[in-house]
Parts: sequence; structure tokens; C-alpha cells
Amino acid sequence: MTYLAKPKFHHPDLPKNALGFTHRDYEGSISTLCAGCGHDSISSAVIQACFELNIEPHRLAKLSGIGCSSKTPDYFLGQSHGFNSVHGRMPSVLTGANLANKEMIYLGVSGDGDSASIGLGQFIHCIRRGVNMLYITENNGVYGLTKGQFSATADRGSKSKAGGTNNDSALDLVGMALQVGATFVARSFSGDKKQVVPLIMAGLSHPGPSFIDIISPCVAFNNHAGSTKSFDYVREHNEAVNRLDFMSPRAPITVEYEPGTVAAVTLHDGSELKLAKLHPDYDPYDRINAMTYMQNRAAAGEVVTGLIYMDPQARDMHAGLNTVDAPLNRLSEKELCPGSAALEKINASLR
Amino acid sequence: MNPTDIKNPDYFHKVVDCQWACPAHTPVPEYIRLIAAGRYSDAYMVNWNSNVFPGVLGRTCDRPCEPACRRSRVEETSKAAQPVAICRLKRVAADNKDKDDVKSRMPSAALVKNGKRVALIGAGPASLTVARDLLPLGYSCVLYDSDPNAGGMMRTQIPKFRLPETVLDEEVNYILALQPELRLGQRVTSMKAILDEGYDAIFVGCGAPRGRELEIPGRKEASANIHIGIDWLSSVSFGHTTAIGKRVIVLGGGNTAMDCCRTSRRLGGDDVKVVVRSGFEEMKASPWEKEDAMHEGIPIHNFLVPKEFLHDNGKLTGVVFEKVKAEYDAKGRRNLVNAGEPDVRMECDDVLVAVGQENSFPWIEKDLGIEFDRWEMPKVSPATMQSTNPKIFFGGDAAFGPKNIIWAVAHGHEAAISIDLHCSGDNVADRPPPLVNLMSQKMGIHEWSYDNDISADKRYKVPHAPPELTLKDVRMEVELGFDVKQAFLEAERCLNCDVQTIFEGPKCIECDACVDICPMDCITFTPNGPEAELRTRLTAPTTHADTQDLYVSEPLKTARVMVKDEDVCLHCGLCAERCPTGAWDMQKFLLNTPKAGCHA
Ligand SMILES: Cc1cc2nc3c(=O)[nH]c(=O)nc-3n(C[C@H](O)[C@H](O)[C@H](O)COP(=O)(O)OP(=O)(O)OC[C@H]3O[C@@H](n4cnc5c(N)ncnc54)[C@H](O)[C@@H]3O)c2cc1C
Ligand SMILES: Cc1ncc(C[n+]2csc(CCOP(=O)(O)OP(=O)(O)O)c2C)c(N)n1
Ligand code: SF4
Ligand code: SF4
Ligand code: SF4
Ligand SMILES: [Mg+2]
Repeated sequence: MTYLAKPKFHHPDLPKNALGFTHRDYEGSISTLCAGCGHDSISSAVIQACFELNIEPHRLAKLSGIGCSSKTPDYFLGQSHGFNSVHGRMPSVLTGANLANKEMIYLGVSGDGDSASIGLGQFIHCIRRGVNMLYITENNGVYGLTKGQFSATADRGSKSKAGGTNNDSALDLVGMALQVGATFVARSFSGDKKQVVPLIMAGLSHPGPSFIDIISPCVAFNNHAGSTKSFDYVREHNEAVNRLDFMSPRAPITVEYEPGTVAAVTLHDGSELKLAKLHPDYDPYDRINAMTYMQNRAAAGEVVTGLIYMDPQARDMHAGLNTVDAPLNRLSEKELCPGSAALEKINASLR
Repeated sequence: MNPTDIKNPDYFHKVVDCQWACPAHTPVPEYIRLIAAGRYSDAYMVNWNSNVFPGVLGRTCDRPCEPACRRSRVEETSKAAQPVAICRLKRVAADNKDKDDVKSRMPSAALVKNGKRVALIGAGPASLTVARDLLPLGYSCVLYDSDPNAGGMMRTQIPKFRLPETVLDEEVNYILALQPELRLGQRVTSMKAILDEGYDAIFVGCGAPRGRELEIPGRKEASANIHIGIDWLSSVSFGHTTAIGKRVIVLGGGNTAMDCCRTSRRLGGDDVKVVVRSGFEEMKASPWEKEDAMHEGIPIHNFLVPKEFLHDNGKLTGVVFEKVKAEYDAKGRRNLVNAGEPDVRMECDDVLVAVGQENSFPWIEKDLGIEFDRWEMPKVSPATMQSTNPKIFFGGDAAFGPKNIIWAVAHGHEAAISIDLHCSGDNVADRPPPLVNLMSQKMGIHEWSYDNDISADKRYKVPHAPPELTLKDVRMEVELGFDVKQAFLEAERCLNCDVQTIFEGPKCIECDACVDICPMDCITFTPNGPEAELRTRLTAPTTHADTQDLYVSEPLKTARVMVKDEDVCLHCGLCAERCPTGAWDMQKFLLNTPKAGCHA
């Protein structure tokens, strides 16, 4: 961490987005994480993505649990709504908030400890219900905040900083999300912003349960030889299945693609994704295939990254619940408490 | 691009914008930090070593450092962006130093002479600098001037309300204490005669002493009330002239014109105006000089070309001007053409002509091996200050035409080096290298031995004495100078551009922490490429790529390179604080230009 507030001066030629903001306007307070923590890079990617998407800060709510990763929402989008819940309970709070107001953009930020240990049930049910959100785990294989115990995503056989071996099997959050019906699933690496930023943009734009598992090295406790979540290990074993470019309305990307290798996808809000295949036989629209592929590659020791699965027909919890469109805070007391006659009517219909 | 060679002293020197722009390469941020720390004597000595006249320059310097100052590139609104008040901070060091302490640190007159004799023609800042650099080495310096006191135009031209005599005397005396032989009040009329005295080297620092004439109808007839600006100013300075008419017109738009009009206001001129040929914006005078003049109730009329002096019975009555406008030709050159408006007539009692200054060397015989060019200027090497006669060196306004004090000082230092090399039988073209030192500023995890917090303050204004008082007394100093509190706050605006970001590629794990924290988006990790193309791929490409260089690392583990654009770095050290491996460090780069004697 640093003691100084980040100077307000910014580069004089910084681009502005459609709202007249520079990316600096999407910052939060200064990070208190360890110098070099992967989580800080993810914060910076979130800032960049929200800037590119012209998100009005007051339209976004960032929610988190407990952990170094869960502290990060304090370090971006200082003008947005936020809720720092108790350990592992972010998904419930997010679900509740979403039920009360479906107009907001929900960003859940969690860690591998927060989501794969104490919050595993919360994580899986939240996705299962199809809450419209982007759920990010900043996955470092350890409990960073409590000084580096193995987490449930640590690979079996990997070594702790002190030299101990992890004997337990690793939970596969991506596999679980695929299994229980996330309609957007990706994996990325904090050290590759070119990959992370478009994925976050696409995930935020996806109108259903989106999940991105971002491997994010803990420089203090899990960046040594023998770790499978270190900068060096991930760089060596990273296999990107595709490259996603988000056609930002602000600065369209003008990459030249080899003919036939790119598929354009138009999202529900009109924005466009370009997906360049890096592995010719990988199809991100086939869920079963994606699950098999992930299992195979993991067995081969690869860390597969990129857009793993997307269902353009996103699903949303509200569809099945028949909820009102207007946020509850915009309904009057009369609509919220229709009185005993209305209650009587409901009760009668249930008898 | 090739990896940056940070061992080349020019690389980091250029990053220190102010020092790079200062002709004498004063280590500006070094003295500004000392001022902030209240170490005024130390700050004074840093200046004195580089620029010889800190008290004088802290009031009068042309300050080429300030337009270069990084601060004006990084402040939010580009229009209101202002450089650090580098010049006026220098004055704070001079005003608040401990005189005895400073005196005790000055070099003393050489006890043993080296037997070499050097003549210095003219006792202005250029010659005085040569004397200061050579006397401690044992040279015998003989200082000639037609004026009775040393100081040159600092004494005879710059009005006392800008530069009090006591300040000038003090700093001239530090040099006279080194005991040059003084031949003051003695005009040199023959270079041949000087050569005949058998000097080992001769330095010509006689300035550009002639004011340009304005030959238009009426000039002769009305000459009693038409004065050449610099002659008039020196006459005021010597106390020969003490009054002027009530209505005064000053012709010309340079700094001399500004001194003429402001002096007139103090000698009885109620209705003083400046009239310039060009537009207001193109005037040669520094913006602050124009501001000060206008603040004293002196209007500036532009686009008026003097056509005729009006007179009545040998008495000047006014000036007629042709109204012009600026037109640009195909090559973008500006021409002043008749505006098609009626002539303008202004009444006045006196006119001061301040339309330029010229060199003149009537006393240098043409057969001494000193070649002159077609503008009758001596052929002088800008690197060595040597003329085509290897014994004879030029500097200050005499070398390349009228400039200013800090250039005179810079020339003096270079000439002193050359004279020393020449007298030692060495090649004057072999210049000694600068003295460079790089030192880590790290004190702890987040602690640096410099204040890396960035002040957001706007530039502080130097307080002025009330015009009711200053306009009554031609010797009363207008500027009061910063008090120490204001000086501290202004000093805090300095970005410490000499505390360099040093990158050690082998330590880098490419975690992006520096990229993410950098408030100015200076840092990029990317594949290498040719500079022009690489610049387009920076995190924040700049629109003025000519100001600063890119710092490019060796290839890193991922085969990418680290590229840092030095342009708007705040030297805040956050990159180094965030770096988990110490690949970034903040190191103070101290560069002192060589002085005579360094080569030994
Ligand atoms: C009105 C005015 C205001 C100025 N204000 C500023 C200012 O605010 N800041 C700034 O930086 N610069 C200013 N300048 C410019 C500055 O004064 C000069 O650039 C500087 O003094 C040049 O130094 P020098 O050593 O080359 O020569 P000078 O200072 O010109 O000294 C030359 C000396 O040589 C003597 N000399 C000449 N010929 C002979 C001879 N044949 N024999 C003996 N002695 C001789 C002269 O008497 C004079 O004393 C100003 C100039 C003028 C005219
Ligand atoms: C109910 C509860 N149990 C245990 C803890 C102790 N605790 C704090 S953070 C943490 C693990 C955080 O790990 P992770 O989510 O991976 O975050 P990281 O610090 O690695 O980013 C634990 C177990 C707690 N704060 N609350
Ligand atoms: S302990 Fe690990 S996860 Fe936590 S801030 Fe430090 S490096 Fe990041
Ligand atoms: S900010 Fe300070 S060090 Fe940088 S150019 Fe300005 S005065 Fe010099
Ligand atoms: S010192 Fe480092 S963090 Fe600060 S502006 Fe310069 S490059 Fe950026
Ligand atoms: Mg963790």
C-alpha cells in the first residue's frame, strides 16, 4: 500500500467517454493491498471496462464478501453503490438487491476463499437462480487476507510458501458455473489486461448470470515456485481458446483478422463482440462440449482462458418470478402495501 | 527501439526540464528542495556555483527554465497551468541566506599564482564569471571597463526598482574578493595594444553597447527630446538624468522599452505610453514585464509604425504613426502592411527610442586574425567560445548579440574552461564531462528522502510594494519577494524532476502494479517497435512527442519491453512504492556542469 492519495493530476491527453469522463473518474480510494497484488490489476481492468462502456457510476452496484479480493470494490468506482457483506454472503445480498431493483448493473466481487469455501453454497445457488449480474472471483489459490492458507481452489500437489503440500482436490468454479446454468462463463488472468477488459465488458453487458474466474497471483503468499497460481506458472501454462474484442462505441477496435477465424456476435443492447478463434475446434456456444474440453485440458495441465461459454439467449431470474419492472423504491406505499383486502384475495387464491 | 542508455548523462538531464533549459544548467529542483527545508545558505551555494549571481538573477533572470517547467504540462486546465516560480524562489535563497556562512564557503583568492595572465575586456556578468572561475585556480585576471564600477549592464541598464544596488554590489564583491587586477574607468581602444601586453589569453565581454537609431523625418530637428533608450537608462542609473517630460512615448516592444517606460513614470512622466510596430502578442518583452508596465498605468498601443517626429521651433511636439496590420504570405511569414486607416498622431514632450541593441567593435583591429562575418560579428565557436585567434575568446552579448545575464554566465563558464585548457596546452575542443551522481532516495517501504506528495496548489504571486510608493522613487524595489511561508508552498509545487524513475528489467515480474497506479499513465508493457509506431501503442499517447523521450527497457520475460514516456511523469514514486520486487527505484540525479579546473 501507499500512504499518499493518488495525485489528482492526470495525463493531459486522456480520452473521454460519451459521458465526458476519463478513466480516472472511475477510480476509487487508493488500494491498501500489497504492492504487486493481482487484484489491483483486476480493479484497474474494471475501471477500464466501465469507462469504455460509458457506465454512469450511479447505475452500478458493487458487492463483495470478505478477503483481499473482497476489499477491492473500495478501490474502483468511488461514485457507485457498494455493499461489503460478511464472509461468503455476497451472493445473497446481491440477489436481494437485484430482486428489489432490476434496473441496476450488479457486479459481485469475491475471492476463491469467499466463494469456494464458506460461500460455496451461496455461489452455486446464486448462479443456479440465474441472477442477472457479473460475478468475478479473484482466484489466487489462498486465503490472502489471513496470510496464505490453501483455499479450496488450490491444486492438489501444489506447494505453500512455507513448503507444505496441498493434499486436497481443487474445486473447479468454472465447471460448477457451467453445470448450474451460468449463461456467460470465462476465465482469465490478472496479468493479461488485453484479455480481461473485453471479458469484463462482455460480462457486464450480458443480461444474465455471468461468471469470470480471474487467476490473480497473491504476491505475498502464493507467487513462488511450486505454486500453480503464480505469475510464472500461469504465463507458462496459459492456453487461450479465443480472443474476444468488445466493439466499444467509444473507440472501435480495428484489428485485422484472418478471414474465417472471426465470428461477430451482436448483443441484446446492440453492441458487438468479435470472437477470434485461437483453437479451431473450440465452440463457446456448446455447453456440454465446453465442459468436456475444460476437463480434458485441465487434466493435461493447461490453464484454459478466454470466453468459455456464452448462451446468447441469456436467462434471468426475474423472468420466472413474474416481478414488477419498476424498482421497489419507485413504487408508492399504496402499491407496496395494497391493504388487507388484497391480502385476503391472495390468500384465497392459495387455498 | 534500442534499450535506453541511462548511463548517458544527457538522458536524465533532459528529464529535468528546468535544468536542461537553463543555459548554466543550474540544478533547480535541488535548490528548491533546500529552500523548502529552510536551508537557504545551501540553496544559495547550489545557485552560486552554477549561475554566480543568484540574488541578481532571482530578480531579473529571463528564466528560460520556466516555460520548460514540467508543472505547466501537468496542471489540469492547460490555460491556467503555470510553471513553478523557479526564478523568484532563487531570490528567496539569496534574501534569507546567512551571509557569513555563505562567505565562508566561497573560494578564496589563490595563494599561489600559476603565472598565467588573462585580460577580461568589459566587467559585465560574462567577464566576472570568467574571473570567478579562473582566479581560484591561480590565474591573474585583469578586468577592464570604461565604467568606474564592475557589473556591466546589470549596473548601468537594469533599473534599481528591479535590482537594488546593494544586491548587485554584494554579488560583484564576492568576485572582486578573489582579487582580480582592476582597470576600471579605462576604455580599451585597441585590441592590438592589449595583445602587446603579452597576455596568455584574452576574453572579450564588452557586451552589445549601442542602441539602434530610428532615422525618420524630424529626428535631427527634435533631437533634444529624443533619447536612445539604453543611453538614457544608463544616464539615469549614474544619476545624470533625474527628470523627463510629462508626456512620454516609448518606441519599441522589448524589455528595454519596458524599463524605459517604467523609469519615465518615476521621473515625472504622468502620461507614458508604449507604442509598438508589431501586435501585442508578438512583442519581445517578457509577459511579466508587460504586465508590470501595464499595472503601472502604462498603455501599450500596437500595430503603429513611427513615420515622423513633429516639432515646433526645435521642440518635439509629437509623433505620427502609420496604422498597420499583419498579413501572412504563402510561407507563413508575417508582413506588416498598411491597414488603410488614417495616420495616428500622438502628442508628447519626450520620446525614448528602444528599438534594438547592436554590437560594435571599433577597437578591434582587422589584422589580428579575428575573423568577422558579414554582420560584423566575430566568428566564435558556440562550444568553446574561441574566436579564430586561438588566444582570444568571446562571451556574453559580445559573442552572438544581445541575450541576457544567464547566457553571459553560461558563456563565461565555457570560456573559462577553454582558457584553462588553452593555457595548459590542451585541446580546447576536449570538453570535460559533467559531474553526475545517481543516488537512491529509498528510506523505507513508503518512505523517500524527498517529499513525493504532489501539491495541487496554483502558482503563488510575488507580493509588490504599493504603486503609490514605488512610482515616487526610482530606486525603490517593486517586488517584495516571497516570504518564507509562501516560498515553502511554492517550493512544494516543484515535482522533483531530478528524482528519476530507474527500472531494472531482470527484477520485473510484469505484474502491472506500476501501470495501474501511475496517475499519469506513463508506463506501458508492450512488444517493442520503431519509436513512431510504438508511441501509438502507449497507454496514453502524447500529442507533443518532441518534449521528452521514451525510456525503453531490455526485453522482459514475456519478450515485451517496459516503455515509460517521461513527458508528464510527476516523479511521485508511486510506481516504485507499488513495485513488489524493487524493479523500480527513485534515484536522485545530480548533474553539475564542469567548471574550469575540472579536467585536471
Ligand atoms: C535596459 C536593459 C535591461 C535589461 N534587463 C535584463 C534583465 O532583466 N535580465 C537579464 O538577464 N538581462 C537583462 N538585460 C541584458 C543584460 O544586461 C545583458 O545581456 C548582460 O549584461 C550582458 O552581459 P555581458 O557580460 O555580455 O556584457 P555587459 O553587461 O553589457 O557588460 C559589458 C561591459 O563592457 C564594457 N565595455 C564595452 N566596451 C568596452 C571597451 N571598449 N573598453 C572597456 N570596457 C568596455 C561596458 O562598459 C560594460 O560594462 C537588459 C539589457 C538592457 C539594455
Ligand atoms: C465468518 C468468517 N470466517 C472466517 C473469516 C476469516 N477470513 C477472512 S478472509 C478469509 C479468506 C479470504 O480468502 P479469499 O476470499 O480467497 O480472499 P483473498 O484474500 O485471497 O483475496 C477468511 C477465512 C472471516 N472473516 N469471517
Ligand atoms: S496478501 Fe496476497 S491477495 Fe492479499 S493483498 Fe497481499 S498479495 Fe494480494
Ligand atoms: S517541476 Fe520542479 S524540477 Fe520539474 S521542471 Fe519545474 S522546477 Fe524543474
Ligand atoms: S513517478 Fe512513477 S507513478 Fe509517478 S508519475 Fe512517474 S511513472 Fe507514474
Ligand atoms: Mg484468495
